[in-house]
Amino acid sequence: MSDARANGATAVPYGPEGRRFASFFLSELKPKGKILTPFNVISAPIILLGLVLIVIRFAKGLATVTNLSQEFPWGLWIGFDVVTGVAFAGGAYVLCFAVYIAGVKIYHPIIRATVLNGFLAYVFYSGALLLDLGRPWNIINPVIGNDFGVSSVLFLVAWSFLLYTIAAFIEFSPAVAEWLGWRRVRHLLTSMTVATVICGITLSTLHQAGLGALFLTAKGKIHPLWYTEFIPILFFVSSILAGLSLVIIEGSISHRVLHNRITPEHSASHDEIVIGLGKGAAISMFVYLALQGLVLVHGRHWNFIATPMGYWYLLEMVGFVAIPMALYIEGVRGRRMRLIMVAAVLTSVGVILNRMNISIIAYRWDAPNHYYPSWMEVAITLAVILGEIWVFRWVVNRMPVLSEPPEWARAEAH
Amino acid sequence: MDRRRFIRAGLSIGGAVLAQGGIAEARGPASGKEFAGVLVDTTRCIGCRRCEEACAKANGLPPPNLDDTSVFQGTRTMGTTAWTVVNRYETSRGPVYVKRQCMHCNQPSCTSACLVRAMLKTEEGPVIWRESKCMGCRYCMVSCPFDVPKFEYDRVVPKIQKCNMCFSRLKQGLRPACVEACPMDALMFGTRKAALENAYARIVSKPDRYHEAVYGESEVGGTAWLYLAGVPFDEIGFRTDLGTTAYPEYTKGFQYLVPMIYVLWPTFLMGICSMTRGGQKEERGVGQEAKKQ
Repeated sequence: MSDARANGATAVPYGPEGRRFASFFLSELKPKGKILTPFNVISAPIILLGLVLIVIRFAKGLATVTNLSQEFPWGLWIGFDVVTGVAFAGGAYVLCFAVYIAGVKIYHPIIRATVLNGFLAYVFYSGALLLDLGRPWNIINPVIGNDFGVSSVLFLVAWSFLLYTIAAFIEFSPAVAEWLGWRRVRHLLTSMTVATVICGITLSTLHQAGLGALFLTAKGKIHPLWYTEFIPILFFVSSILAGLSLVIIEGSISHRVLHNRITPEHSASHDEIVIGLGKGAAISMFVYLALQGLVLVHGRHWNFIATPMGYWYLLEMVGFVAIPMALYIEGVRGRRMRLIMVAAVLTSVGVILNRMNISIIAYRWDAPNHYYPSWMEVAITLAVILGEIWVFRWVVNRMPVLSEPPEWARAEAH
Repeated sequence: MDRRRFIRAGLSIGGAVLAQGGIAEARGPASGKEFAGVLVDTTRCIGCRRCEEACAKANGLPPPNLDDTSVFQGTRTMGTTAWTVVNRYETSRGPVYVKRQCMHCNQPSCTSACLVRAMLKTEEGPVIWRESKCMGCRYCMVSCPFDVPKFEYDRVVPKIQKCNMCFSRLKQGLRPACVEACPMDALMFGTRKAALENAYARIVSKPDRYHEAVYGESEVGGTAWLYLAGVPFDEIGFRTDLGTTAYPEYTKGFQYLVPMIYVLWPTFLMGICSMTRGGQKEERGVGQEAKKQ
C-alpha cells in the first residue's frame, strides 16, 4: 500500500516510448491493495448484474427492463441518473470558481478530486442517458447537424453536456500528464486551465439551469407546488448546494478511506475546508429557501398545502432544506464536524427529493397508474454509481489527485 | 491564455445563437399559405369508427375490429398501433362520440422540444415524425400537452407513433384517410382558416345545437384540428385548463437568457479573476497554487 503514493510521485521515466509506456500502463491497470474488501464484495456483483441487464435492455428493448409507459416517458434513469446526478456534479464548477476565479486557496487540496468526480459523473451519467435513449445510435445527429433543433432546450443541454465534459477533462488533465510523466503536454494543459475553468463555469450555469428548463414544457403535468417558471433558477441554485454537500461527504469518506494518498497539508486543513464548504452551503441554502418561499407566495398555491402532496412538499422544504440549513449554521458556528456531515447528508436527500419530485413523483401526481422504477432500473442505476466509484478509486490510487504532484511538476510551478 | 481570442470565441458563439433566431417557432406558414386543418363536428359523429379503420389501412397499422362495441366502455387513448381513436362520453345531452388524434398545433410543443427536428411542423400544416433523425429521447412525449406521441417500448428499434394528418396523401392532393371515410360528414378538411369560418357559421346558424366555442381555436396557441360540440368541452374529455399560450413560449425566457450568459458570464468571470489576482501573472494548473505561497 505504501508504494502506491510513491508510484504517483516517481512516475515513469521521462519520454513516452511506446513499449515502456505500454508496460507501465498495463502494470497500472492491475488492482492495488486488498481485493476482498466489503465494498468490493458488495459492489462487484451489482456491477456484473447491471452489465447483464444492460445487454438484455439492448437485445430486447426498454419494456423488458423498465417500467416506463406512454404516460411516464421519463423514469429513474432520467430523473435520478441524469437530472439528479448532474446536480451533484455541480461541486466541480463551484470549487473551480472559488479556487481559480475568486482565488480562495484553502480549497486547493480538494480541487482535483472534485473536478475528477465531476468529470466522471458526466461520463457515467451521459452513459446512463445512452441506455435510456430508444434510438441511441442517432445521438450523433444533434452533433453532426442531422438536424440542429436550435429551438430546443434539450439541444442546448446536450451541447453543454458535451462541451463541459471536455472542459472538465482538460481541467483534470494535468494530473494525467503528471502520472504519465509527460512534461511538455502537462505544460500545455496547465496553461489552458483558467480559460477552461471560465468556459466550464459558463457551460455549467447554462446546463444546470437548462435541466430545469426542460420541465417548463411539462406545464399541466407537474403539480403546481413544484411547477414554476423559476425552475431553471432553482435548479441552478440547488446544484450549488448539492455540489457543496457532496464535496463534504465525498471529502470525509476519502479522508478516511484514502488517507494514505492524502497530503499532510490537506490532512491538516481538512476541518477548515469542511467548515468553509459548510458556510458556502448554508448561504446557498438560504438563497434557495428564500427563492422557494418567493415562488410559493408568487404562485399563490396555498390551497394545495393542506393536501397529501402539500405535506410531501412541506417535508421537502422544511425537513430537507430548512432543517439542514439550520444544522449547517450551527455546525459552522460551533465547529462541529459531525453536525456539518449530517447537514450535508440531509441536504443531499433534499436535492434528490426535489429532482425526483419534479421529474417523477409530482409529475402526473394524479395518474391512476403512477410510475415506480422496476428492480432492474434500480440495479442498473446502482451499477452506474458503483462503476463511477470504482473508476474514481482507480484514478485516485494512481494519479496525483489527493497526493502531491511529482517533484518535476512542482518544480515547474515555481 | 489569449484573452482576446477567448472573447472573440464567446462573442461568436453568442452571435451564432442570436443569428439562428430560432427561438420562437413560426406562428404561421412561412410560405404565406394557410395551414391545412380539419373541423370535427362531434354532434354529427355516430361512433362508427370507420375513421379508425381507414387510418389503420392508410398507415399500415393493425385494423381495428369495428364490431367490438366494448371499446366504448372505457376511455381509450391513442397508442403505438392506433393513431386515432373514437370514444363515447355520457354527457348532459346524451352520449357523444369524439374522435381524437394529434391536434397538429400551430406552434407545437413537440417540435420545439425536439433537439434534432425529428418532429417537424411542415409548411402545409401537418406535424410529422422523421425516423432518420429521432434518437428516442421522448422529450416530445413529456412536452405534448395532449399526450399524442407514443413510443414503442417493446421494440429493439423503437419508433414514435402518431397521426401525421396523412401527409403523403396531402402531397398527392388527397384528403386525410379518416376524412374520406367519414359517412356522416363529421370531418371537414380544408385550410385551418376555412375550417374555423365554417365552425362559426354552424354555431351562428344553429345556436341551439352547438356550445358556443371552437376547441382548438386558441388553445395552446391554436391547433389545426378544430372541434365543435353540443356540450362544454370538459364533458367530452378535453382539457380546458391548457391556456392559450403556445407551449414553446414557456421556454422562451430561458432561451433568451442563453446568449446573454454566453457573452456576459465569461466577461464577468475574467473580471473577478483579474481582480483577485491583483495583476500578478496567471498561476498554473490544478494542484500548483498552494506550493507557490
